[in-house]
Amino acid sequence: MKKCLLLLKKFGPLLGSILFYALIMFLRREKILNGYYMQVLMFAGVNVMMTVSLNLVNGFTGQFCIGHAGFMSLGAYGSAVITTLLFKGTEFAAAAPIAVFLLGLLCGGIAAALVGVLIGVPSLKLKGDYLAIVTLAFGEIVRALLRLIQPIGGARGMIGIPNYANFGWIMFFVVLTLWLVRNLIYSPFGRAFIAIRDNEIAADAMGINTTRYKILSFCIAAFIAGVAGGLYAHVLSFIQPDSFSFTKSSDFLVYLYAGGSGSLTGSVIGAVLLTILPEMLRFLADWRLVLYALILVCVMLYRSEGLCGGKEVPFLRIKRESLYQEPLFGRRRASSEHEEGGQA
Amino acid sequence: MATILQYLVYGLQLGSVYALLALGYTMVYGIVGMINTAHGDFLMIGALGTFFIAKLFENFHVDGTYPMLIVGLIILIAMVITGGIAVGVEAIAYRPLRNKPRMIALITAVGVSMFLENFPRALPFIGPNPRPFPTLFINRTFRVLGASITSTQVIMIVLAALTMVALDRFVAKTKIGGQMRAVSMDKDAANLMGINVNKVISITFFIGGALAAVSGICYASAYPQVEVYMGSWLGNMSFVAAVLGGIGDIRGAMLGGFILGIAQIFATAINSTFGYAVGFIILIIILLVKPAGIMGKLTIEKV
Repeated sequence: MKKCLLLLKKFGPLLGSILFYALIMFLRREKILNGYYMQVLMFAGVNVMMTVSLNLVNGFTGQFCIGHAGFMSLGAYGSAVITTLLFKGTEFAAAAPIAVFLLGLLCGGIAAALVGVLIGVPSLKLKGDYLAIVTLAFGEIVRALLRLIQPIGGARGMIGIPNYANFGWIMFFVVLTLWLVRNLIYSPFGRAFIAIRDNEIAADAMGINTTRYKILSFCIAAFIAGVAGGLYAHVLSFIQPDSFSFTKSSDFLVYLYAGGSGSLTGSVIGAVLLTILPEMLRFLADWRLVLYALILVCVMLYRSEGLCGGKEVPFLRIKRESLYQEPLFGRRRASSEHEEGGQA
Repeated sequence: MATILQYLVYGLQLGSVYALLALGYTMVYGIVGMINTAHGDFLMIGALGTFFIAKLFENFHVDGTYPMLIVGLIILIAMVITGGIAVGVEAIAYRPLRNKPRMIALITAVGVSMFLENFPRALPFIGPNPRPFPTLFINRTFRVLGASITSTQVIMIVLAALTMVALDRFVAKTKIGGQMRAVSMDKDAANLMGINVNKVISITFFIGGALAAVSGICYASAYPQVEVYMGSWLGNMSFVAAVLGGIGDIRGAMLGGFILGIAQIFATAINSTFGYAVGFIILIIILLVKPAGIMGKLTIEKV
């Protein structure tokens, strides 16, 4: 009985997401959700991934990245180059589109992650606002470079990207991201990130290699953002450098801080709500963005920690004790590992 | 030689716009410690305001332009209005968040910027379409060493330089300037010394807004078109200029603005996209060599 409950607790979220997916698919088949709604939902999923990855850098590691769309564009272009320029029309792509798609996403993610390391390096020297401005500059430089490279369309952008990504893929990657990031945060790595956020000098004095963890944080976040960018490219099947401008980066910042930084639940809620809200306000025509801006300012004024500031729903939180519990499968971990987790 | 001189004049012209806007950024940053992303939109409000004020003074219109006195009056009214709006924005949106983490204020500023851009856009008498900016300054072309320089450019650069010198003297010599410097050093200590911090911050925002209006007028005179989104990328560039010079430092902001303007014009001559990116490339190089900007002082973190 107890084992049953534990199993449910462990696999409940997975079950829940499968049920949610089935519900959406059912509504789609019954024509209650049209293609437009589905696209909005898919963008919401991409935005959730972007916000969660930004949360890793800004919310959990306490660094300031305000050029996150730069990573997204690298991922989008990286994956689009693989699927469109290299494999489009080839037999391999016809035989195994999924393999090409996944390869593209992986390459996009790796391209973004490599550049993430590059951006992580100056963060050793720079702090706070200066780091923020370097990430902003990075995003704009990437955009300018993409405009200059002619084989990938230059300023006109890339068209005819096969739309491999459907709602199922987006859902899969969102759940995977949330699962990975949650586990990361409650691992010794995550504790190190949080320690750096709370007090970098103290973390350094406690023997945490702050340099390494900061770069790692940037690198992982960039990878996730790259994959999200790849998904974005394969939903829209058209990308251009200017759609990854500072405006886009500030959108993600808004999702993150309106939802509550340092909370995965907040990232999900912020991204989903604020993606859907402007679409729901479409009937207001020109006044739409005015109202959106007013809502945003009011949220920040009256609830400045964000909608779910510092709070998590149970399945995105691992209780401290559960780290010491008997594992469901396999053997109990050696006790020395627990101490490591506690220290970090 | 003539081409270089020509580019230099264009660079100074653009640089003076950046420098005036960067001053507002840097003052707000130095005193409140927040990045006011909405600052670029004050430029737009200044330019748009000038457009409508100039319309009010249409009766004084003489052969395509206005008399000097009226131009001065128009600029002054635009400065006061923009400064007033800046003070209002600070009092409503930023003041309640003063003791919150800085990122919160930044997000609020993004929201304010979105509001300032889209509210005029939604108003029926302003709308999204670009409008031609009225000719405020007499347009004559001089030939200097083969380069052609318009009187508008000369007036702009002189106006910007005068404003900057006046600001620098104001902060260095007057009583309020002293209070501003005190608040930027330590807000709490300044408060204990009997300085009205709220008043000083309001004045800072007023000056920042007024300078943004001047830079908006300069920009719109050089590229005679006003629209509601003109402030956003100019704001970004002048933020870069402010950081380049060392954010929080007034002379640094001027220097950064001119460096950025000149570099951008010369790079644009090579390739327009490169011209846009060059500012950011210079920024990264300077920050890697001198992490606090050209004039900025690096503070040592005490434990």
